Amino acid sequence: MIHQDSKILLEVSGLCANVNGTEILKGLNLTVRSGEIHAIMGPNGSGKSTFSKILAGHSAYEVTGGTVMFEGQNLLDLAPEERARAGVFLAFQYPIEIPGVGNSQFLRLTYNTVQTHRGKEELDPLEFDDFVREKMKLLEMSPDFLERSVNEGFSGGEKKRNEILQMAMLDPRLAILDETDSGLDIDALRVVASGVNQLANKDNAIVLVTHYQRLLNYIVPDYVHVMEAGRIIKTGGKELALELESRGYDWVGVEHKAAMGALA
Amino acid sequence: MSASATVNAGYLENLLAGQPHLPASPLAWLNALRAEAVDRVGALTVPTLRDEEWRFTDISLLTKMSFHPVRTTISLQVADIERFYIEEATTRLVFVDGVYAPQLSSAATDNGIAVVNLEAGFAAHAAAIEPYLGRLTEFHDNVFAALSTAFLHDAALIVVPRDISVTVPVHLLFIATQKDVVSYPRCLLLAESGSAVTVIEDYVSLQEDAYFTNAVTEIALVDNARVNHIRVQREGAKAFHIANCAVSVARASNYQSVSVAFGARISRYNLNVKLAEGAECAVDGLALISGRQLADTHTCIDHAQPQAVSNQMHKCIVGGSAHAVFNGKVMVRQGAQRTDSKQSNRNLLLTSKAHVDTKPQLEIFADDVKCTHGATIGQLDDEEVFYLRSRGLSDTAARNMLTYAFGAEIIERIPISSLKYQLEQTVLEQTTNQL
Repeated sequence: MIHQDSKILLEVSGLCANVNGTEILKGLNLTVRSGEIHAIMGPNGSGKSTFSKILAGHSAYEVTGGTVMFEGQNLLDLAPEERARAGVFLAFQYPIEIPGVGNSQFLRLTYNTVQTHRGKEELDPLEFDDFVREKMKLLEMSPDFLERSVNEGFSGGEKKRNEILQMAMLDPRLAILDETDSGLDIDALRVVASGVNQLANKDNAIVLVTHYQRLLNYIVPDYVHVMEAGRIIKTGGKELALELESRGYDWVGVEHKAAMGALA
Repeated sequence: MSASATVNAGYLENLLAGQPHLPASPLAWLNALRAEAVDRVGALTVPTLRDEEWRFTDISLLTKMSFHPVRTTISLQVADIERFYIEEATTRLVFVDGVYAPQLSSAATDNGIAVVNLEAGFAAHAAAIEPYLGRLTEFHDNVFAALSTAFLHDAALIVVPRDISVTVPVHLLFIATQKDVVSYPRCLLLAESGSAVTVIEDYVSLQEDAYFTNAVTEIALVDNARVNHIRVQREGAKAFHIANCAVSVARASNYQSVSVAFGARISRYNLNVKLAEGAECAVDGLALISGRQLADTHTCIDHAQPQAVSNQMHKCIVGGSAHAVFNGKVMVRQGAQRTDSKQSNRNLLLTSKAHVDTKPQLEIFADDVKCTHGATIGQLDDEEVFYLRSRGLSDTAARNMLTYAFGAEIIERIPISSLKYQLEQTVLEQTTNQL
């Protein structure tokens, strides 16, 4: 929900970044206020996933210019775990599998670590079990998931549910969902989207990174941004996503170039 | 060459010094076997890096030290060793520096089952054990097995009669208490047709000085038997541990083993499994070492007859400047058609000085078989570490968790919950200390 007076959570200005010496982000600007849902769309290779990983602190990307402020602090100064504790959450496109570590053990360790850093009480295994089972209902997950190893042998949809379950537990201020819709059938998509919608509130914000409009039928964005070649080149409302769905991405680039030409 | 041969000869003579004082066994065949082993020790030398089977494993440190057989036995109280007890395994044989300690053991002799020391079991089982004791383990070309056989007078003996399932796991606990001592732990397990049993072979230490464990285990599964064999090597930090285990898996029998190696300065475990028609085995292992430890696992799975199945997963976690060796041979003999064999060796190096040598070997002389094998050596995956950090875990906690998980995949296969828990804690402590 857009409220112009709500406070700014994330302010990205002129962000430039390299991976292995290749420039991927070339001056990206984005402002996200609490209560908002943003969708970042764009063709493959436009830098969407790079942007999400940079926000979460992945060390493979080198930031070469620009700033990222999160709730008034310089996000780029923080290690990935410090960002998580401060309230940044990235739902991975490809969550990793950890055979040998039980899902419930993993979830409890991450939850308690983050709680401790936020000055809150840890939960013992029994309390945590009640807590996590309640959250699992949100995603229609069977309690069997707790007994299995982290993501091991999970289907694509089960992995994505497990990601959103972690989001529900860790209660982030800013959640970035990287291609959460990829690999989901329509039923799983509906469940995951409904979970995300229930987690969205006036104090947090969600950035959906997606290639397709499909997800946005279920999670309705306040803003839709189009990324191309490492920049956001167009911003609009939810109807922009529909236009992209019918017309593709090319026209946005053409329009953008024309506008740039007119300026020069 | 002649210099090193002299050193070796003197070394072995020294080790053999106590042998003539052994009391003669009441069994003539055993006395003959011992004499033969003494002869073999005289003919063999201590292996060096020039021997193909030892080319990654330098044991010169062992040959520089002198060890003597135990002279006086230490009397331990239950309180000294209770912490090693495994809750579920109430049948227990305890050996202190290789010597049977009846006051600490709880032997079992019900329903024809024997879990006793060999001296107590000789009379009742002489005929049953004769084909196996000292014979399953080939000692003619193996100086350590020959030494063990030369000193063979007592052992842990398990005999499970036909169609009997032993529900209580058996704990064989070998405790080292004295420095400079060489001990020769020995186990013989005979699982008769249709029987089932779970055995834990466990090596621990109450002191941190150097000593030498030279162990031999022989396991025979007669038709349709089932044996779970868990081997835990948690010797002292300066110990030398050399062990040979030979397993004969007869028709349609099933042998499952998990062996973990945490301890000893230098350890070497040779495991030979011979599979008859329709037999199955799962042979899994974990070596978790750091500092200057060396842990060598040599396995040979011999598909001697058709339609046998073998599965092997061996993992090494190597920290500090430690060195792990894995040599896994799978042999498929002529005529062993419809063999199904899978072998995998995965190694995790935690530091730049950690070292691993791996040598999977597949030798196939049959044409209708399904065999896969592979080995990987790597470090922790950056993407995995990042995933965990993005959930709030510190870099150290993330690495610990992934290292733990790598090892836990093997520990999880141990079918005894309290032992599994104990070992998981050990893995957790060791991985936490290393990073």
